[in-house]
Amino acid sequence: MEFLWCLVVGLMTACGVFLMLERHIVRFLFGMILVSNAINLAIFVAGRLTRGNPPLIASDALLPAAGYANPLPQALILTAIVIGFGLLLFTLLLAYRAIKELGTADMDKMQHAETEQ
Amino acid sequence: MMQWLLVMPIFIPLLTATACAFSFRKQSLSSVISWTGAIANLLVAILLIQTVISNGLQVTAFGDWKAPFGIVFVADLLSSSMVLITAIIGIAIVLYSTADLRSKPFYAIYHSLIHALLAGVMGSFLTGDIFNLYVFFEVMLITSFGLMVLGANKAQIDAAVKYVVLNLISTMVFLLAIGLLYGATGTLNMADLHAKVAELPDTTMMLISGLFLFGFAIKASAFPVFSWLPASYHHLPSAIVALYAALLTKVGVYALIRVFTIVFDLVDSGYQPLLIVIAGLTMLTGVLGAASQFNIKRILSFHIISQIGYMLMGLAIYTPLAITGAIFYIIHHIIVKANLFLIGGFLKRKQGSDNLRELGGAYSAMPWLALLFLIPAFSLAGFPPLSGFWGKFLVIKASLQTEEYLLAATALFVGLMTIYSMTKIWAEAFWKPLPENAPAPVTLSWKENCLYITPIAALAVITILIGFMVEPIYQLAETSAMNLLNPQPYINAVLGGDSISHTAPLSANGIAGGSH
Repeated sequence: MEFLWCLVVGLMTACGVFLMLERHIVRFLFGMILVSNAINLAIFVAGRLTRGNPPLIASDALLPAAGYANPLPQALILTAIVIGFGLLLFTLLLAYRAIKELGTADMDKMQHAETEQ
Repeated sequence: MMQWLLVMPIFIPLLTATACAFSFRKQSLSSVISWTGAIANLLVAILLIQTVISNGLQVTAFGDWKAPFGIVFVADLLSSSMVLITAIIGIAIVLYSTADLRSKPFYAIYHSLIHALLAGVMGSFLTGDIFNLYVFFEVMLITSFGLMVLGANKAQIDAAVKYVVLNLISTMVFLLAIGLLYGATGTLNMADLHAKVAELPDTTMMLISGLFLFGFAIKASAFPVFSWLPASYHHLPSAIVALYAALLTKVGVYALIRVFTIVFDLVDSGYQPLLIVIAGLTMLTGVLGAASQFNIKRILSFHIISQIGYMLMGLAIYTPLAITGAIFYIIHHIIVKANLFLIGGFLKRKQGSDNLRELGGAYSAMPWLALLFLIPAFSLAGFPPLSGFWGKFLVIKASLQTEEYLLAATALFVGLMTIYSMTKIWAEAFWKPLPENAPAPVTLSWKENCLYITPIAALAVITILIGFMVEPIYQLAETSAMNLLNPQPYINAVLGGDSISHTAPLSANGIAGGSH
């Protein structure tokens, strides 16, 4: 199960990195979205996958039953998704503005900051 | 009371940021709120470092969830002195920007963002939880994005694209490293990680620490991954670039030092030889990049990179003396770098340019400014007895002791080249007469002059004070270094004596949850 997910994460990262190597800023952003989702999945898998074992403590026990699903990675991912969403929104707006202001989506041609005034 | 003290350096800037955001229609009101917030923050920072010096390390567990389960804030000597320096820079920048950015339409929202940024920086220094460190990095990052595009002209948008893209990559790698670290150890508390990381297989540790190294190296603008910094910093308004130059890269270095002493042992992780090479090349590329530039902000931006090399060099050598040197260097550098950018900004305001070819005659027009420039410039280059000399002296001495002669020679050469750059600014901006076609300097009101010069002079005085009163700062840095290299007291304080962590249900069950 985990092995399968590892493959999925690897595949997503590979696609994401491929897109990030593109010069077009929107393709780069798509690549970034893929990679950041792949990372969220990686955290999920790193917490190990268990089925049908919620981390609930029975009323007569002190510890949850062995083999419970660790809830913390979900909490981490949730935080990471929220933060990533905010960053992504900013980056998309920035890219939109950059395309409008600079008249190109090709990152190789974005040279306005480099030229000496 | 003590419980609250650790939260205050984050709470006050956030409160100030909110208040500024609500008063964005009234410029003077938001200035007053911003000043009050910055001053309150400085007072809290002084109180915090006093408490830490007299009572030792302070720990606050949120919601009384004991470490390693809850999130803790830890103020040791290193973090509380970083908080103090941050608060000092905060006041200087807020004062300076009152004069520098007043005419700009984004003035009020600027104050809001700058305090939120300070909250992120303070939080990164104080947190004892590695995921919480990520969260504060993000607070810092998103506000720095916001500040970067406030002016919204072509060049700034272009610079922001580079800054945002490369910093996002660093963030993603950092997050992945945390996820894998949690998967391997089952804890996120830095003190708890210390023992658990040591038990990891070598390859796992090398993979995870390599990801941390890569992520933080981008933040710190170390050698192969520094390009976002010189591509973006020089288009920022002077007050903002001074703040970035002083704090943002240093948070990266701080995180590297923290993670590679308390969480991973740099020697065990196997990255020490690599980091030595990185440190040398960071110094060298930075200073050579600066040599080819003719714009004050660009020269100084490249010098940030070369100075980061010295700090990394201290960490890479990994002896108590070297880490002492690195910490001393961070403290010195934050003050000096901010000061140089503020002076560059003042020249730009007077002459309307920060290109050295269009500047000149500042010495005859403003001899006092020339004096104020010489102090941080000489300190940056490492002239005794100014603060930079002691920082360089400590790391170079440590490198000689460990027989890293090539690294020591590089550091000395880079010091020499730094003098070259500083002399270039001196000769072009201060010494040579004003070019014929240059516009006449802007006359500033008495009040504006005061607002510009007070932070510059105050930071210069601090530089001199550090230079002449080395002993207390050296001892502070030495104690911090000792605490980092021998983290047992830190761990005991955070985890509460005989470590609870080994009986913890989460770790006992294993996060795989299958062992029972």
